[in-house]
Formats: sequence, C-alpha cells, structure tokens
Amino acid sequence: MDDLRQHLQVAGDEEVKISARNCQVFYGDTHAIKDVDVDILDKTVTAFIGPSGCGKSTFLRCLNRMNDTIDVARVEGEILMDGENIYDKKVDPVQLRAKVGMVFQKPNPFPKSIYDNVSYGPKIHGLARNKAELDEIVERSLRRAALWDEVKDRLQTPGTGLSGGQQQRLCIARAVATEPEVLLMDEPASALDPIATAQIEELIDELKQNYSVVIVTHSMQQAARVSQKTAFFHLGNLVEYDDTGTIFTNPQDPRTESYITGRIG
Amino acid sequence: MTLAPFVILLLAAAVGYAINIQAARAIRSNGVRLHSLEGFHGLFSLLLVIVPVLTLVLLWLALEGGVINRLLMASLPDGVLDGLDSGAVQLIGAEIRSIAGGRIFGTPEDWKLEAADRLIAYRQTSAWLLVIVVVLVSAALVFFARGKVAAEFRARQGVERITLGLMVFCAVVAIFTTIGIVAALTFETIKFFQLVPVTEFLFGTNWEPQIPIREDQIAAEGAFGAVPVFLGTIVIATVALVVAVPVGLLSAIYLNEFAPHAFRKVVKPILEVLAGVPTVVYGFFAILVVAPAIRQFGQSIGLDVASNTALAAGGVMGIMLIPFISSFADDALSAVPQSLRDGALALGATRGEMMMNVVFPAAIPGIVGGVLLAVSRAIGETMIVVMAAGLIARMTINPLDSVTAVTVQIVTLLIGDTAFDNPKTLAAFALGMMLFLATLVINVFALRIVRKYREIYD
Ligand SMILES: Nc1ncnc2c1ncn2[C@@H]1O[C@H](COP(=O)(O)OP(=O)(O)OP(=O)(O)O)[C@@H](O)[C@H]1O
Ligand SMILES: [Mg+2]
Repeated sequence: MDDLRQHLQVAGDEEVKISARNCQVFYGDTHAIKDVDVDILDKTVTAFIGPSGCGKSTFLRCLNRMNDTIDVARVEGEILMDGENIYDKKVDPVQLRAKVGMVFQKPNPFPKSIYDNVSYGPKIHGLARNKAELDEIVERSLRRAALWDEVKDRLQTPGTGLSGGQQQRLCIARAVATEPEVLLMDEPASALDPIATAQIEELIDELKQNYSVVIVTHSMQQAARVSQKTAFFHLGNLVEYDDTGTIFTNPQDPRTESYITGRIG
Repeated sequence: MTLAPFVILLLAAAVGYAINIQAARAIRSNGVRLHSLEGFHGLFSLLLVIVPVLTLVLLWLALEGGVINRLLMASLPDGVLDGLDSGAVQLIGAEIRSIAGGRIFGTPEDWKLEAADRLIAYRQTSAWLLVIVVVLVSAALVFFARGKVAAEFRARQGVERITLGLMVFCAVVAIFTTIGIVAALTFETIKFFQLVPVTEFLFGTNWEPQIPIREDQIAAEGAFGAVPVFLGTIVIATVALVVAVPVGLLSAIYLNEFAPHAFRKVVKPILEVLAGVPTVVYGFFAILVVAPAIRQFGQSIGLDVASNTALAAGGVMGIMLIPFISSFADDALSAVPQSLRDGALALGATRGEMMMNVVFPAAIPGIVGGVLLAVSRAIGETMIVVMAAGLIARMTINPLDSVTAVTVQIVTLLIGDTAFDNPKTLAAFALGMMLFLATLVINVFALRIVRKYREIYD
C-alpha cells in the first residue's frame, strides 16, 4: 500500500482527470469491486489488465455511470472528475456520459447510415448549429478514426454493413464526435484482425493528445504498446497501479508478476 | 369387436418392444458394443408395428362401409332396383341398414329382411378378417423387427426415419385440409359469379341480398354490390386500429423500457388476461356498455348517433387488439440488442432519446409486422361485429353511423333457410373468398417484414 501511495505521488506532477476513492461495486450480493483507489491522468493512456471476471469492465463502467443502467448494480465510494463527485445528486448522468465517451468490446453501430451514426451524438447535444458544421464534425471524427477514406463515398449506407474492424472504428468515430474529455474503451480490439488492431492502437496514440484514454485489454503487448499507466486488477482488487514500464519490468506485487508472466489467468 | 384390432395392435407393439429390448440386452451382456441403446431397438419394433398397422386398421374401417354396401347392392335379387333413381336406391340401402340394426318399421319385403341378414354376415366377416389380418401383419412385423436386432443395426436412425415419416404425414394432412378448404371456397365462389357478374359484386354500391327462397315469398330482387359491406369493415377496422395502435405501442414502450420492475410484473399478466377474454364477452361489453355510452354522449352534445355505431364495435375491437399489438411490439423492442441501448446511453442520450432514436426505429419492422397481423385479425373478427355492428350496408365512412361488416353479412346469409344454389347463400362464399384473399395478402406481407427484420440481429 505504501508503494502505491508513492507511485501516485510520482504521478502527481501530471494533471489528474479522474480519481476514485474507496470505490465499491456490488451486483446484488456479489462484491465485484473492492475498495479501489486510483488516479487517472489527463492526456494519458491508462490500461486496465487482469484475469477474466476480475472487474475491469465493472470499474470502467463506474467512470461514466453506465452501471446505473443495471438494476442490481450498486456503487459506493467517490469518483471525482475534475474534483467533482460524479455520483453526486446534482450531477446529471446524461451530461456526464457526453463528457466521458465509451467504446464497447463488440462493435455496436446503430442500424442507421454511417453519417447518422456519427452525427447522432452532436445532434442530441446541439454541437452543430447547421448542416455544414455537422458535416464537418462527421468528417473530422471519421478522419480521426482512420475511417474517412474508406467510407467517404458511402456515408448514407448503413453502418451495420461495414466489416467488423470498420464498425469498431465507426463506433470510435461516433464516440469522439461528441468531443468527450475522457474516452473509455472496453477491449476495443478483441474482435479485430492485426491490421485493424494496429490502426486502432495508432488512433489511441493520437487521441491521447487531447483526451484521457482508459483501455481494458487482455493483451499484455497491447497494454505495453499503447499505455503509459497500467492498473492490474485481481478478484475485484486493484493490486498494482504504476507506470506501464514499471509494471511490466519490475512489478512490486507477486500476483502482478505471476499474471504478467502467465501464471494466473 | 371394433376395439379388438386396436387391443391386438397395442399388445403386439408392447410384445415387440419387450422382445427387442431383451434381444439387444442379450447381445450387450455378451460384451459386444451396441450401435444403438436397447431402448432404441425396442422403440424401433414398437413404431414399426404401430405405424403401418394403425394406418391399415384406419383405412380398413374407413373403406369397409363402401365395400360392404357395394356387395350388398350387388347381392339383391334381380329386378328390385330396376327403374329407380340413385336417391331411391340409397333409401333402400338405408332401410336395409336400419333393419339390420334392429329398427324395423312396418312390414318390409322378404328380400329386404334377407339382405339385412346378409349385411350382418358381411360385417362379421369383415371384422374377423380385420382381426386376422392385424394379427398376421403385426406378428410378421414383430418378427421382422426382431430379426433386425444386431450389434451394428442402426436402430437410432431407424426410429428417426419412422418418426420423420409420421411428421411428414401430419404436415401433409395439414396442407391438404387447407387446400381442400380453399378449393371448396373457390368452387362455390365461381358458382356465385356465374349467377352474379363479378363487376357488380366488386364495384356495385348496393347490397340487398334478400332473395325470395320460396316462390310465394314477397321480397326484394336482391342486389350484390359488395362495396358498402367492405367499406363497413374498413371503417370498423380503422376505428379499431386508431384505438389499438397508439395504446398498444405506448404501453409496450413503457413496459419495455420505463416501467419499474414491480409494475411490469403486475401489468404484463393483466394484458395477457385481456388477450384471453373470449370475443363474445367483448361483444356484450360493446352492446351493453360502450354503445349506450356513445349514444348518450352524442345526444348530450346534440348529435344524432345510431344505436349500433361503427365507433362502438370498432372501439371495443380496438380494446381486444391492444394486448395483441402490445405484446408484438414488446417482443420487437426486446429483440433490439442491449448493446445498441448501451451505445446510445454511452453517447449521453436520455432513456427517452435512446428509445425514440435508436430502439424504436430498429424495432419498426417487427412492429409493422405485428400491426399488419392485427389488421387481418380486425377484418376477420366476427363475434364483436355480429353483436355490435349493424345489418344494413350503408355507403358511409361516418363512424357514428351504423355500418355492417363482411363477417356479419356472411353470418346472416348463412343463418336460417339456406339453399346452396341460391345467390344469397353463394354470396357468403364470395365474401369469404375476398376476406380470405385480403388477410392472406396482409399476412404474407407481415410475415415477410417480420422475417426480414429477424435476419438483422440473429
Ligand atoms: N450485470 C451483472 N450482474 C451480476 N454480476 C455481474 C454483472 N456483470 C458482471 N458481474 C460480475 O462481476 C464480476 C466482474 O465482472 P466484469 O465484467 O467486470 O469482469 P471483467 O474483468 O470485465 O472480465 P472480462 O475480462 O471477462 O471481460 C464478475 O464476477 C461477474 O460475474
Ligand atoms: Mg469485461
């Protein structure tokens, strides 16, 4: 625990975007997240790793209050974003989710045109004053998701007609179109081939110029490639949180070491 | 005596089952691995006996009467049937049968009494023959099935093949009955159109089907323009849908997305109960409650309202359709994957926006399919309109007027004295045909939409 504090302090010279304090999540009687404290930095990619069922997705969903949509889920503790508790009564979860975008493990484009998929967020949040601005947002988002060149001639065709990798990039474009401050990605590349994965990793690298990005991944290599910070979860506990380099070369906790070297999992 | 073949059949099947299981078990206890478990060997024998023999018995019983009748008529003394038409011959047959059954009226001729004795003898012979045939065939099949038992015999597949045959047979029965009904309908419709021109029926605006049945009856000539009848059905169905579609859809949306769990648990079963209410009860409700209420309300604001308005019939029919549409829409909404809902919420949509912009559009094909099926139920619905709609066909689209419906006309045309060579009666078939075609087209359309939509998410 002392080690952890120390590392958090090292992180202190960068700007903290989200910090969780004593965070607990229960699904009915199941205690899925136990007492998690973590500081997620701005303009940084943070990776969550850990064995299946350890609570990575659950914790990620705490950060944009998506757990509110699950009846049995209950969140305790504090999660501060820019110093404000997002579980406070006066925070509107709808507004919060506009600021904290999310990309899911399985691509989930709406059964609408590519254009409508990307423009949906800006439309409901009134980010564009006219059609020209909306067009611009759509183009910019698709370019950032490295999809523009592939779809610019068929923006009116259904998004569900794209390939799996293209659909995932469409979902990323849809998420960045609302100009979030934080982007949460739950295993965004798990259904993709190596080429599409590489494109997405490149995109994540680029996104961190402006956003704080949190990515859940089962691939150590991916975590090592894209992230600057890594958090290792095990059975609902945050075991270790540190610079990615430290986690992979010099883990402090024996559980982290055995997971990274392939003995837990 | 008629029971005997069935008892024998069941016994034979049971014996075959037991023998085959024994035989298979014997092979297995010798340490040989069976391809199929003992039970399948037993079942194989059971089915192999039951299916063909049962078919044989049923066919026998069905054809027996005709064959015996032939023999009986052929055995009558020469000359007694000379110069009689088919009706009279049938009467004689019936008389002989009732004598054989012990009901003797008056003093029948001797040859009839003899014929009755012969009939009884024929019947007994037939029954004995059947028993013998059943015993022989069953025994043969049991032996055959027993001979099949062997370690490598594929009884599992054998059982499947026989069951498959049975299923094919049932499917064929279902299809042929439908074809038969449609054929009968078509046949009568064609007869109707030989008496009344198609154009008059399809485009005529005057519907007064009261044709005299007896020569001396005083009645109108009869006019068969079906337009006002169909118009009536359309008016009533429209009123029904105006009630059912919004209420059904909104309740489905509420139950599916917004209702607290406890509320949903209470209301869903209530809707299902509503779907189980017999239409006759809705009919009561329409005449006893809704129609008087509408009339009173109309009078209180100075409107002249008929006592059996399209509004009352249609409104109550709409109430009947609410659970139908609501459960269809609920299914369609539930079929939209959770991931789409999550996607919309994660973009910062409210639950209402998520519903209206993402989930509902994704469910529209399924919902449209459900509404179309509701339409075909509305136009085919009979009991409510028979009770609550009018009898006189009027060219009106005013829902406060009394209108009639196609199903109502079919019922009235076929009630009372009917003669099947009369346009009045045949008109019912023509109306039925039109109704059938309309619902067929709507259903095909609806099912196609529903199916297409299923493909998207599976
Ligand atoms: N909706 C839910 N209802 C009840 N329990 C849940 C629910 N979602 C997750 N859990 C439980 O919470 C625990 C953590 O699940 P979570 O999905 O966060 O794991 P994860 O680390 O994301 O796993 P994976 O790597 O397989 O995605 C698991 O034990 C799971 O069974
Ligand atoms: Mg997960």
